[in-house]
Amino acid sequence: MSAKSRKSASSAEQSSTKSGAQIIVDTLIEQGVDTMFGYLGGVVLPLFDKLYDAPIRFIIPRHEQGGCHMADAYARATGKVGVIVVTSGPGACNLVTGLATAMMDSVPMVALTGQVRTELIGNDAFQEADTTGITRPVTKHNCIVKDVKDLARTIREAFHIASTGRPGPVLIDIPVDVAVNKCKVDSSGKMKLPGYKVWKEGHPRQISAAAKMINKSKRPVLYVGGGVISAGASKELTKFAEKAHIPVSMTLLGLGSYDQNKAESLDMLGMHGSAYANYAVQDCDLLIAVGSRFDDRVTGKVKTFAPNAKIIHIDIDPASISKNVGVDIPVVGDAKFILKELVKEVEHKERKEWFAKIAGWKKKHPFRYDSNSSTIKPQYVIDEVWRQTKGEALVATGVGQHQMWTAQFYKFSRPRQLLTSGGLGTMGYGLPAAIGAQIALPDATVVCFDGDNSFNMTMTELSTAVEHELPIKVCILNNGYMGMVRQWQELFYGKRYSKSYIKNPNYADVAEALGAKGIMVDKKADVGKAVKEMLKQKKPCVVDFRVEREENVWPMVPAGKSISEMDGLDILESMA
Amino acid sequence: MKHIISALVENKPGVLAHVAGMFAARAFNIDSLVVGRTEDPDLSRMTIVVIGDDRVLEQVRKQLAKIISVVKVLDFVGKPVIARDLMLISISAPPEKRPEVLTLIEMFNGKIVDVGQKFVMVEVSGPEEKIEAFIDMCRPYGIKNVARTGTIAMVRHSKEA
Repeated sequence: MSAKSRKSASSAEQSSTKSGAQIIVDTLIEQGVDTMFGYLGGVVLPLFDKLYDAPIRFIIPRHEQGGCHMADAYARATGKVGVIVVTSGPGACNLVTGLATAMMDSVPMVALTGQVRTELIGNDAFQEADTTGITRPVTKHNCIVKDVKDLARTIREAFHIASTGRPGPVLIDIPVDVAVNKCKVDSSGKMKLPGYKVWKEGHPRQISAAAKMINKSKRPVLYVGGGVISAGASKELTKFAEKAHIPVSMTLLGLGSYDQNKAESLDMLGMHGSAYANYAVQDCDLLIAVGSRFDDRVTGKVKTFAPNAKIIHIDIDPASISKNVGVDIPVVGDAKFILKELVKEVEHKERKEWFAKIAGWKKKHPFRYDSNSSTIKPQYVIDEVWRQTKGEALVATGVGQHQMWTAQFYKFSRPRQLLTSGGLGTMGYGLPAAIGAQIALPDATVVCFDGDNSFNMTMTELSTAVEHELPIKVCILNNGYMGMVRQWQELFYGKRYSKSYIKNPNYADVAEALGAKGIMVDKKADVGKAVKEMLKQKKPCVVDFRVEREENVWPMVPAGKSISEMDGLDILESMA
Repeated sequence: MKHIISALVENKPGVLAHVAGMFAARAFNIDSLVVGRTEDPDLSRMTIVVIGDDRVLEQVRKQLAKIISVVKVLDFVGKPVIARDLMLISISAPPEKRPEVLTLIEMFNGKIVDVGQKFVMVEVSGPEEKIEAFIDMCRPYGIKNVARTGTIAMVRHSKEA
């Protein structure tokens, strides 16, 4: 070949080829991505160069963990796949908590991480980390792409894996040379996943068997988890519960899947769940678990969980079936599809006796707090926000006592209304989650109930909220303690409050310094006014509520006890 | 209880880490794990011997199937299988003991693959019990080294569905 013809051949080749970075951007757009989160660094510069002109809204957090929670909350609030891109080494390592949070709660996410040049991998290069090794247990799937030709297909596969079956985070590690190298564009849309199967439609025979068992049951209870929300099956669940007339208890992540204002709602069950939900589960003759996984915070002592009940378990993840608790009728598949089929086969029953018994428990043991207290009770703040937002706010939380009070006192009425780290229990999730949700839903009223220590962990992201002029509302229920830890120390460690308090800053000042609105409230009489003021704000607002310092979350099932063995019921009754 | 599980996996980097990592993370006990290519260049076969009761085994099977790069999981419980282990063993065999050792090797259908002044290296294959029995028989003479492949297995043709 002459020099001349070689040159023309290579330029013709160039016109039909694209760089890995361009392929990433194009494939993200092909997958419907219009918003992403991430942080720059050396090895992702080729990608960020292509993002310069891309029609994608980009949010830069102040720390990669914050960005990861934002992408997670974006996904939880919308049902779309959340996307985060970060650099190699520390950037990738800082995703670990966020990925684990999303993994435990089955949140669809795609994380792209930069990696050092292929030939440097394994050499302890600058900002090198074994990202796929580190993140393997906290992702649904991960891989490294070493050939630019595989890039488009791998990204497509990542979106498919993240958003189907039991959703979860997928991470793709991309060495910088792969982002720079060029190849012919693969627009085939092809995927190669011989080992990935999703059971969508439950087995008809299992569904019929379940329906028969339900029709026979005198005291059934639904035990509903986040799977119903990720399947978009709230409507089907509601129809089913109402036709078959079955009370609905929900896990923390299941809250919102069934309107808590309805009479059949038993609210949350488990460790800090309602007494009536826990009693109903322990007394029922049939437990119908839908999109829930028999977590230890729900079951308490496994051996005595729902001791008189047959169990039907509807779940898309076969590995969740009979993992912790043996079940009688497993139905593997998509909750939406299965409930739609199931509702056709169930009969309406009055179950008068059963509902009367439950009504008795409800009347005797509602969630309560001392509303006559002269101090600010944390539950009172939540109650007040619930009233003023008419129960319609999108709520994010951190982890701890405030999270449990939110679950107990904010009555959720629609799916995707509560964003909270359930499985992993990630303190610091609340603020970035509120930001991710507000980015996704600019018109929503987004309230973050946070603890002082949860807020401390990621408060740097307040600056991100200010930058994007997000009107998020942060209510810090500030008791000056790591409240849940303090509660356990009070109850199980003889009130030795070892290391469970720190000196906090003045949060209103911090907020103002960062450009947000800051309010401090230390009188009960000012709570209503402050909430009103907070809801009016067009910019981020932080309200520091100095609440009762040693308030406890009741009821409580101590670790290792049956869920009907609740502590604190007498205390709640004394407040009636 | 020991169980044999066989998994067809994609033949690409990182798959072994996914499988081994899952076993470690979920506290399942692996007795042996063998990976090798199959007739299809895109697929490898892992034969894993797991210790646990039926419930553990069911979880292992499901968690394996859940790994994206695992294509198919076969569980040999209750099926007639041919299971084989291959071992190289180096046994002390000084001249005065050598005839005894050779008889023993013959009884186990072993094959001498290397001979030294004091030791013989023997190749033995068979079901795990046979391998274990051979090791026990060799102990009185002195064992220098043992290398074993771990179990591989297939279902008998006559019992295939």
